[in-house]
Amino acid sequence: MTRLATNTWTTKTFLTKTKRGNILKIVREHYLRDDLLCGSAACNVCPHKNDELVLDSTPDSICALFDYNHYLILDTNVVLHQIDILEDDALKNVIILQTVLEEVKHQNTAIFQRLLEIVGNKKRKFYSFVNEHHKDTYVERKPGEKANDRNDRAIRKAAKWYSGHLSKKGAGQFLQVVLLTDDETNRKLAQEESIVCCSVKDYIENTNGFPGLIDKLSKNVMPESSSKDALYPPHLTPSQIHTGIRNGKLHQGTFYASRDNFLEGSATISGYEKQILLQGHIGINRAIDGDIVAIEIFPEEEWRKPSDIVLEDKADDPGDFLEEESILLNNAKSAASADISPTGKVVGIIKRKWRQYCGILMPSKFPGATRHLFTPAEKRIPRVRIETRQSDLLASQRILVALDSWPRNSRYPLGHFVRALGPIGDKDAENEVILLEHDVPHARFSEAVLACLPPDNWTIPDEEIKKRVDLRSICVCSVDPPGCTDIDDALHARPLADTTTDGLKKYEVGVHIADVTYFVRPNTALDKEAASRSTTVYLVGKRIDMVPDLLSSNLCSLRGGEERFAFSCVWEIDENANVLNTKFHKSIIKSREAMTYEQAQIAIDDSSRKDEIASSLRTLNALAKKLKQKRLDNGALLLASPEIRFEVDSETHEPMEVQAKRILDTNSMVEEFMLLANVSVAQHIAAEFPQSALLRRHPAPPPANFTTFLKAASQQGFELDVSTNKSFSKSLNEAVIPSRPFFNTLLRIMATRCMQQAVYFSSGTLAQEDFYHYGLACPIYTHFTSPIRRYADVIVHRLLASCIGADATHASILDTKYAVSLCENLNYRHRQAQYAGRASVALNTHILFKDRVEVEPAVVLSVKRNALQVLIPKYGLEGPLYLPSDKFVYNEEEHVQICNGVVLKTFDEIVVRLSLDSTNLQHRKLVFQLVKPIIPGFSYEDREMDVELVEQPDVIEVVDITDLTSKKRNVQTKSKKKKTKK
Amino acid sequence: MPGPELLSSQGLRLDGRRPDELRRIRCKLGVFTQPDGSAYLEQGNTKVLAAVYGPHQAAKSKLSTEGVVVNCQYSMATFSTSERKNRPRGDRKSQEMSLHLRQALSAAIKTELYPRSQIDIYVEVLQADGGAYCASVNAATLALIDAGVPLKAYACACTSSVAWRGNHPEALLDVGHVEEAAGGVCLTVAALPSVDSIALLEMSHRLHMDYFEVVMSRAMQGCKDIEIILDKAVREHLAEGWTKPDVITI
Ligand SMILES: [Zn+2]
Repeated sequence: MTRLATNTWTTKTFLTKTKRGNILKIVREHYLRDDLLCGSAACNVCPHKNDELVLDSTPDSICALFDYNHYLILDTNVVLHQIDILEDDALKNVIILQTVLEEVKHQNTAIFQRLLEIVGNKKRKFYSFVNEHHKDTYVERKPGEKANDRNDRAIRKAAKWYSGHLSKKGAGQFLQVVLLTDDETNRKLAQEESIVCCSVKDYIENTNGFPGLIDKLSKNVMPESSSKDALYPPHLTPSQIHTGIRNGKLHQGTFYASRDNFLEGSATISGYEKQILLQGHIGINRAIDGDIVAIEIFPEEEWRKPSDIVLEDKADDPGDFLEEESILLNNAKSAASADISPTGKVVGIIKRKWRQYCGILMPSKFPGATRHLFTPAEKRIPRVRIETRQSDLLASQRILVALDSWPRNSRYPLGHFVRALGPIGDKDAENEVILLEHDVPHARFSEAVLACLPPDNWTIPDEEIKKRVDLRSICVCSVDPPGCTDIDDALHARPLADTTTDGLKKYEVGVHIADVTYFVRPNTALDKEAASRSTTVYLVGKRIDMVPDLLSSNLCSLRGGEERFAFSCVWEIDENANVLNTKFHKSIIKSREAMTYEQAQIAIDDSSRKDEIASSLRTLNALAKKLKQKRLDNGALLLASPEIRFEVDSETHEPMEVQAKRILDTNSMVEEFMLLANVSVAQHIAAEFPQSALLRRHPAPPPANFTTFLKAASQQGFELDVSTNKSFSKSLNEAVIPSRPFFNTLLRIMATRCMQQAVYFSSGTLAQEDFYHYGLACPIYTHFTSPIRRYADVIVHRLLASCIGADATHASILDTKYAVSLCENLNYRHRQAQYAGRASVALNTHILFKDRVEVEPAVVLSVKRNALQVLIPKYGLEGPLYLPSDKFVYNEEEHVQICNGVVLKTFDEIVVRLSLDSTNLQHRKLVFQLVKPIIPGFSYEDREMDVELVEQPDVIEVVDITDLTSKKRNVQTKSKKKKTKK
Repeated sequence: MPGPELLSSQGLRLDGRRPDELRRIRCKLGVFTQPDGSAYLEQGNTKVLAAVYGPHQAAKSKLSTEGVVVNCQYSMATFSTSERKNRPRGDRKSQEMSLHLRQALSAAIKTELYPRSQIDIYVEVLQADGGAYCASVNAATLALIDAGVPLKAYACACTSSVAWRGNHPEALLDVGHVEEAAGGVCLTVAALPSVDSIALLEMSHRLHMDYFEVVMSRAMQGCKDIEIILDKAVREHLAEGWTKPDVITI
């Protein structure tokens, strides 16, 4: 029997434009079928198989307007605007037409993904019906008909078909279809065709039993053309914007709101070196941070200078009017021309980049009111007006709100409540805010993902052992921070019997990395989830895993005394740390012990210990020192970054103490061999996969980055040479002040701030010389050693496995397009994870200093126009110490602040008083006040506090720049020695 | 997965076909009177004309005592793609296609019957919407039959590609232009299905070993399906020929 798509055949014709501007006529085939199913359990006509019945045969009605069994059909705008309603479990038995699905996909990928998620959830009973290929529901576009109208017609046709199809043979059951649409004309046409229809608002407002549902309704949008009570000028239409940009009158740019002044923002556009200044309600005209906007630039005589004042929106809702702004804005024409920025105004929105925002509700002062203001946690986002009847309940909560629209007659954008995150100040709620605001995927792993895991009682299969190199007899051990449960690397070293031709001793050194790819198979739901997460995110006292716990803390983790699969990189190394040969293989190991850095250090230092572990560690340590020296001689930079460690109470998860991290020899020992493994692997995979190897590069910083830093160093009498990493490294080593041992570390901390970010890339996208890693001074680098917590390493494992034939290869390994998009996501997620980590540190610092005031020595990291950036070495804490401009004079040339003859400059050692300012609940901040040097009338005076100005020991970790973004942070929980209940 | 979604969650392709379905094939034998044999074939929106001259005495330069020389010429009409392009006869692409055509058709023709002779096969692609080579082979087979050239078996050609449905690879039969342009691999098979032999295999990109089997078997299935359609067309044409000779309609 031949399989031919012969049901019905038609063609779709449309016109399109090529890059060269030619108009093309495109004819596509379109097959119409008679074998598509309706998905209803009430139907006995379609040849359904059991698993294809999605819709209930007797769906219960939740809406008082329609007290009979019915299915819902939605139009495209309902999906686009009311996705939060759809995500609520209340709505079930919904038909999603292909027409709608495709339109949504075309208009908004994020919402499309959310819709797919709902359709994929069996419990929700959403059926996607392929109406565009069904012979009875396909409609052809009429000549002159708009695409929108045609699609509305297609939706109505499908609705009509469904009610006919279901009533035709409904054995006594009366099943109706209700079309939800907010388009009035569409409703009218539907009624004419006797289709039951309803607006979303009417439907939801009449539901029973779901009180919260109504709050999630997206607000109705007033058309831009309506000028009733308008406060803002209208936005231009897309075609007007298009014309304007083409003839050069308008410019496209991304709008960035100011953090300090809610009436100011800027935009970067091509062709202008400076950012375009946008000021005032009218100048910003409802643009929100991140939006892509169309900008008209004023003639040069109207250009102004950015204001230097802090301006916050009023606390309570003044109603719908815009205040007189001239006083708020800086009108001074007298400003020096260097300060003047090109100024303009937003005239249209090209693309909104709205997401959901965390924040708090500010209930209206009028009792019983339903309209309230919402203040987002992100200062750049304006307040939002939402409607809710649960304001009493929500006032003490962190909540999530989605933006709907910003009509011309509203002072604030309109939004709707999505969900509550928990009480303000509650640790979990605050963490949730951090994760949401940094777009960290942190939902529980889905059923589909968990289904990919091996069973709980999984044991190592014998046939797999046969395929691997058996290293169980070798003395392997792991060294990690205390409390680390996701151990992804272990090491061994042992002397070899023979020597080199020069008579040097030879060692075998192995790095064994958790074999995550044995469990995470390509293209499974687990793999996709891990790829999307990209990294494990470490918050203080909380870890958001990239792969489920069973893998990350158990089956993959190279725990002491347990047999585990590993991917091994084994070298022969001579006693001068020259690598003689390298081999890679999959193996099975049994780690002798999982040690902390401290334990390993003790084992090395304790000369009475003669056991295998201790001698292995000593060999490793000695070789690591030589490897490190070689790297440094090559020009690798030793940079420093203050890192804070919290000790967290294991029960309350409240931070108990904060201290700067300590660094031991063994940290650097592990680091060194990981670097070596990464470099070895990078060379190997780049040779084998010239087009699609995943590598990591660190571009050299542009010279301009160094300007301020060099000036500050020269004030201290050091002329640093930053022309190459080698010269830079050398001059950093020489910049030592014997009386101030901390000085050099400080210098390195500041040097870190001049660096670029290291990034992942695919080898096919760049020329070989751009692979260079500046910080490590090596020509090629990648990440291989942490597959449990970084997805990049997972890919690198797969690449290496297929190089050496250790694992089946798969198709996406060669896909260059996929490699590029993967790198983009990896880089984005890593950056966000880093920011989230910092936000978490800030949050915990605030909790810690809630009832605490301290006076501590500090150093000045940099001098700003209105503040000093200061660092407290003891804690690794840093922040601004504000200087009022009426007392201090800022010398821009020298970067110093002067008051009453006291000069404050970079590297100065001062004493500050630390306290927490909680006046703004959402933006609590640490306040640094000057104690010493004493400046009468400014510095904080308290006779009782008298601290010794002791030079801080070198407690700040000196780390390699590479892993600034990727260092594993331990989540330390230290019990307060309380008895745990049960 | 990489590339646009070629298969919807309901398992339909962009044009509404299921993965194992051919496009609509319509064909007609004997469309011209001048050549010894001719055929017109549509595979979806790909439309091809084929004409056969011969066997006749071979030109001196090509003469072979072993068997008939099969001479193929493949060309594309300027209007065959949506963007007009001047295509000089005998450009590199056409030459390659001509060679491939010859390979597939020589395998089908009982060449040993006509030593020192030559058969000329002209194929013109009127509209190209993916799988032009396959349509050419299929049309040329019909034209050869129309010309009465003895064949060992029908030569049929078909393409196949791979798409993802969730995590599972699914082979797509008879790849259209849109699917071809999506950048996936495209395997072309020309075969003599009734004697189970392959005359030509060509692949557009690298394909991972794991998927070759499914893609290959699907393409072979396609060739078999096409053979049935061609056979039916030939039988209808012959039946028609008994009753109303020399009536030609497209
Ligand atoms: Zn049905």
